[in-house]
Amino acid sequence: MTEHIDSIRTYALALLALLALTAATTLVAFVDLGEFSVVAALAIAVCKMLLVALFFMHVRHSTKLTKLVVLGGLLWLVILLMLTLSDFTTRGWIGVPGR
Amino acid sequence: MASALEEQFDTEAQQKDASTLGMWIFLITEVMFFGGMFTAYTVYRRAYSDAFAVASASLNVTIGAINTAVLLVSSFTMAMAVRAAQLGRRRTLVLFLVLTLIFGGVFLGVKAYEWNEKFEQHHVPGPSFHLGGVPQQGHAQLFFSLYFAMTGLHALHMVVGVGIISWLIWLAHKGRFTAEYNTPVDIAGLYWHFVDIIWIFLFPLLYLIDRHLPK
Repeated sequence: MTEHIDSIRTYALALLALLALTAATTLVAFVDLGEFSVVAALAIAVCKMLLVALFFMHVRHSTKLTKLVVLGGLLWLVILLMLTLSDFTTRGWIGVPGR
Repeated sequence: MASALEEQFDTEAQQKDASTLGMWIFLITEVMFFGGMFTAYTVYRRAYSDAFAVASASLNVTIGAINTAVLLVSSFTMAMAVRAAQLGRRRTLVLFLVLTLIFGGVFLGVKAYEWNEKFEQHHVPGPSFHLGGVPQQGHAQLFFSLYFAMTGLHALHMVVGVGIISWLIWLAHKGRFTAEYNTPVDIAGLYWHFVDIIWIFLFPLLYLIDRHLPK
């Protein structure tokens, strides 16, 4: 593996994008988007996460094994959230005796 | 430092790949650790959305946004420190590590100010808790329990990070890191950026719930 060294310009642009997205998420929270407020907030947060992971944490220059581990970790997080929410969001669907 | 290569590795590159992978495995366990709290947050926000919206609106969004920016800048200076280490520039490395330490310290200072405000306003869960405009005080207490647990654990990670960076500054000052051997700086950078990512999610989820609603 030859080490890849990014330019100062790359890091500065990533920082500017991150600061702009922080301003965007703050401002968009004051706009009435109904249910989509959460979607907008999380979409911007995921974009910021990708910027930090790919540029600051050098995932884009990482080995395939490291990339696989990162994706695998996120997959387990999704399993945690999905299984828990599939329980809590569906509890009201069927009448439960005694409840 | 003639060679930092341990005997179980063939090359320095292989050794560095192993260290990077090990750090990522640790970070994934941290993702699951914080993930449990994010899951609890999601469940209760769904259940008590009205109380959560009012409680979230009581947080200072300006301070929160500025502190987010401070943390992002500290991530940038950390990335620049790693770059300086890769290029073997000792003085630049020390400079950027010190800057990272300063921005991290500013973040923690602002956080301490915010927590102190919560104590003064009786927004800390407990017998004297009171939040105006919420009929169900228990639901609002749940929001602040999650707020203190999540920002508290995040701040604890920051404190550990500050300790690690202080130690790196000492080693870098002694000239321990070269263009060939800088793995500790790289690995500490991964940790620092990870803590940044946790805050990237905490900020909108805690500070920005239904801000558009009239309170």
